[in-house]
Amino acid sequence: MLFQLALWRIELVEYFRAQLREDPDIASAVAAIRTLLEFLKRDKGETILGLRESLKWATACLTGVDSSVAVSSGGELFLRFITLTSLEHQDLSRCKKMMEERGELFLEKISMSRSKVAKLCHTFIKDGAKILTHSYSRVVLRVLEKAAAEKKRFSVYVTESQPDSAGRQMAEALRKLNVPVTVVLDAAVGYVLEKVDLVIIGAEGVVESGGIINKIGTYQMALCSKTHNKPFYVVAESFKFVRLYPLNQQDVPDKFKYKADTLKTVQNLSEEHPIIDYTPPSLITLLFTDLGVLTPSAVSDELIKLYL
Amino acid sequence: MADSGVTDEPVSKEEIERAKSEGKELTKEEKQRLRKEKKHHKKNKEKKDDKASQESEKEKKPVSTDAPVSQPPSQPTTQKAPSPVPTPAPVPVPASEAAVAADKPAKSKAELKAERRARQEAERSSKQGKKGDVGQPAPTSKPKAPPSELQPVVKRLPEHIQADNPDVLRKLAKKLERQQIPLRSDYGYKVSLFSHLHQYSRKAPLTQLLSIPSTVIHPAIVRLGLQYSQGIVAGSNARSVALLHAFKQVIMDYTTPPKEELSRDLVNKLKPYISFLNQCRPLSASMGNAIKYIKKEISYISSQDKEKEAKTKLLNCIESYISDKIIIAAIAIAKYSIEKISEGDVILVYGCSSLVNHILCEAFEKGIKFHVIVVDSRPRLEGREALRRLVKKGISCTYVLISAVSYILPEVSKVFLGAHALLANGYVMSRVGTSQIALVAKAFNVPVLVCCETYKFCERVQTDSFVSNELDDPDDLIVTRKGKTQLEDWQQVKSLGLLNLVYDVTPPDFVDLVITELGMIPCTSVPVVLRVKNVDQ
Repeated sequence: MLFQLALWRIELVEYFRAQLREDPDIASAVAAIRTLLEFLKRDKGETILGLRESLKWATACLTGVDSSVAVSSGGELFLRFITLTSLEHQDLSRCKKMMEERGELFLEKISMSRSKVAKLCHTFIKDGAKILTHSYSRVVLRVLEKAAAEKKRFSVYVTESQPDSAGRQMAEALRKLNVPVTVVLDAAVGYVLEKVDLVIIGAEGVVESGGIINKIGTYQMALCSKTHNKPFYVVAESFKFVRLYPLNQQDVPDKFKYKADTLKTVQNLSEEHPIIDYTPPSLITLLFTDLGVLTPSAVSDELIKLYL
Repeated sequence: MADSGVTDEPVSKEEIERAKSEGKELTKEEKQRLRKEKKHHKKNKEKKDDKASQESEKEKKPVSTDAPVSQPPSQPTTQKAPSPVPTPAPVPVPASEAAVAADKPAKSKAELKAERRARQEAERSSKQGKKGDVGQPAPTSKPKAPPSELQPVVKRLPEHIQADNPDVLRKLAKKLERQQIPLRSDYGYKVSLFSHLHQYSRKAPLTQLLSIPSTVIHPAIVRLGLQYSQGIVAGSNARSVALLHAFKQVIMDYTTPPKEELSRDLVNKLKPYISFLNQCRPLSASMGNAIKYIKKEISYISSQDKEKEAKTKLLNCIESYISDKIIIAAIAIAKYSIEKISEGDVILVYGCSSLVNHILCEAFEKGIKFHVIVVDSRPRLEGREALRRLVKKGISCTYVLISAVSYILPEVSKVFLGAHALLANGYVMSRVGTSQIALVAKAFNVPVLVCCETYKFCERVQTDSFVSNELDDPDDLIVTRKGKTQLEDWQQVKSLGLLNLVYDVTPPDFVDLVITELGMIPCTSVPVVLRVKNVDQ
């Protein structure tokens, strides 16, 4: 039995990694959901409860690979979405078929979410705007692509975003779009903010209070823009909404703060540097999601609708 | 309602003439005639209580003088004559009465003096946009005028925040007289900002004025009222649970009189009890919601059910309400709260909230090591009770008074507060001093968590602590130290007023998190929960 589980785990993780390799542009949560759907199709469980348990186990496996908030929130939402219907049919196989159909529907919906967000957000970028962004976010890239396609002229400042210099990747992608881009040090955010008109960043997770969890350095940027009175916009798809409610930086669970490999290998986490931080809702102006343009207090409304 | 206005027309015009000559006083016969006509119309529309009202009205006839006659207990304060009265009589309007009439157009229609009605019509047609009043608490709310063409629906101010309005007081007196409940009189000089609230003395409990045996009020309710007014039963949850238990006793002892339906008669039996309890101590939001629930459950009883079954059903409903909304909710809230308490935390609590004490005891039992700072304030000194309970469990505690709160806050990691009610705009209504603690905690960047069950959520909206509050006995502030009692003769000093407030409201910006049995929500999501709850029902 244990041997079986181990085999399944390896298969699962391989499938997940393959998804990420094939299409580097999709969100990790989407890849996770595709994997879970595949798992559902192959599962040979006998009961609904057993099915739920195995799906939860599969999600746990995937978070073991990629510890980001998005994967765990995506998994939970997937589970919710398919089980919201199920239980009218007596026959398990018919139930499973329903679930698979709903799973496909869910996947299709969320694949469209990035374009919906881009459509909403690009109107907020005016001609001649100077935008500040942080690290590498595919959603922000899509938004800027759309704005460029609408023949808007704007320039972008990107922070380098150590420790993995993801900002340089973003700068490369933007240069390909012929957008004038400057890479700045993480420490230079306060310096550059007076030249900037608006700040747009992505999010790894959106929490119940309306705050966000994102790459380390976001909180600093939000504090500085609040002081400079610059609008701070967040773009995120709705599957990133997660049922967490951190009160402060300390309150964010450790499993999200560090990379998955670090969590497994390192004994004393206090010597490791966290890779994400929490930005409270009071610093955020607006959130652009595929559910619409929301204020931070409206996020809780939407979460209640999704989850309750 | 329109036709009643039309038929009254010729009568009212005559009376207006006569009233003018007599100096605005109706004779008894006219009053009786009007009353009869009005009742006749009401009978055609209303289903309940016509007979009872007539009887009580007839009782009152010898008593009533030229004071305004009380309206029959049928509640819908429909505007009888607003629509079709073509020409209001041009009676000169004294300014003060006009103001009073404008204050409560829905209520004033109850006045049977015709010239007053006519005067109000003049008022109403001139003043279209009345001030929108604050939402009413559930037990005293009455449905608004449906077919009023002249003006949109006007909400009435609840009675308990109009203590300085003599007409409201008179109306209240009449209503209590009819229900055979003694009226409690205010005590002492009231600070002018709060003169619209009642202020009672604990040394004069309402029960002294009751006759023995009191046939109108059930003894369980009398006992409850006394416990409320003397402060023996205090605290939002305790009061609600005591109320529900007393109602269970009432229902057990209840027998339906012949020719009456249980669903309607029982509700009417409960009304004087609620007035009595309101006189003993103003009802809290949680009690209001509980009463609403009971009345709804009673109204669902169909006439087919036998009395015994109906009573058992009601008793079970009450039991399940207590169990679901209070006891199990506390367990759920404790579960969520324990996630937020970590090792080595220093938690600040204020006063004595049964829910917060429960949470801390549960967390301690789970083995989390934390330290508690209990903040207390005069004159109630409720923190001592909380301290006693926590120390008994073995939790290490510190005790300070509220004046020291900015001194100890740098050491605090979290603040846990209980709530009396959560208002629809996200404001938290709680014991006086809570908003102070939330403010200082915000200044020190300490997270503030409010724990509140959903049955305490109310539809009211309030942005300050003045509009609707409770004034406790001012003599509580008198203290004897070293044999000297400083404020003993405070009533003699004309310029001195003692203010003993009970509640205050905290804005949602100071609160980081509200923990309810539905989960953890931000303060601004209270209306969403209310909406979801209404949809459920």
